[in-house]
Amino acid sequence: MKRLMLFLPLILAVGVGIFLAAGIGKDPTRLESALIGKPVPEFSLANLREPGQTLDQSLFRGEVALLNVWAEWCPACWDEHEDLMWLANEKGVRIVGLNYKDEKEKAFSFLDRLGDPYQTIIYDPRGSLGFDLGVYGAPETFVIDAEGVVRYRHVGVVNERVWEEILLPVINRVEGKS
Amino acid sequence: MRFMPIFLAAMWVFAATAHAQGEAPEFYDFDTQAEEQRFRGLIAELRCPKCQNQNIADSNAPISKDMRDQVYLLMQSGATDDEIVGALVDRFGEFVKYKPPVDRRTILLWGFPAIAVFGGFMIVAGVVIRSRKQSPEPALSAEEQARVRQMLADRDPSSRS
Repeated sequence: MKRLMLFLPLILAVGVGIFLAAGIGKDPTRLESALIGKPVPEFSLANLREPGQTLDQSLFRGEVALLNVWAEWCPACWDEHEDLMWLANEKGVRIVGLNYKDEKEKAFSFLDRLGDPYQTIIYDPRGSLGFDLGVYGAPETFVIDAEGVVRYRHVGVVNERVWEEILLPVINRVEGKS
Repeated sequence: MRFMPIFLAAMWVFAATAHAQGEAPEFYDFDTQAEEQRFRGLIAELRCPKCQNQNIADSNAPISKDMRDQVYLLMQSGATDDEIVGALVDRFGEFVKYKPPVDRRTILLWGFPAIAVFGGFMIVAGVVIRSRKQSPEPALSAEEQARVRQMLADRDPSSRS
């Protein structure tokens, strides 16, 4: 018993070490969305390309889509745009854009320069839908199933690795279910 | 390390300009002092999801401003504190509460201080009880004491006769 007690500090140190090591490499700024499993919040916002048209949550019914929150002022959105173009053109992914707290002219000049991977773009200059979605830092990308339910939220840049390792498995799972 | 001063200077300039660019101080109108106190209390216990270690009262991130506006609007529409916090939790998750609720997931978090105090108390009690048990025991048995006396007697020339 006494001998075993001598190992107590070692056991404690190893235990604490494992506990702390598990936290290394985890990004604490990536929070799970509170909306997972819930439908896309109700909204009524203009279509960026056709200002006369009003879009609402029924936009997400019928087909799995990525909802990409972007803005011209967001540096990481410039970084990921090429990969969004690749997803839309090579992989045929349906991407809905949410132009978040942006100005129309800037949004258009951004798309003119980098290309337009979006099937539809929701224009949200005041960030109201962004707020309801719990967006706290663009870019964010949501996976939304054919019933319009939020299945996943990725905070940060989408690239080939994120697509292969995170988003594609989620989409496959969602499509297998629905 | 040579670049450290330059780096620090750049950080300082960045911080200073970032501060200067921050939005003008916002004003929220309240009918009563109590309402304003309530607002201050609410924004002090809500956490900024972007900056992580600041509440939305201290943070000047745009998202914090949106959240303050939302708290204000909900207050004006007559929502209770629970409803206001609930509305933000529904959007941003439990993360935004500095005070997590007591439930199955957080019971260890809330219970740990009590467990730690209890554990510490048990260790101290164990040490004390053990040391009490040991001290009254005679260090030597009667036989050994007799031997010691004998040995001392043998060494002391005065007692030799």
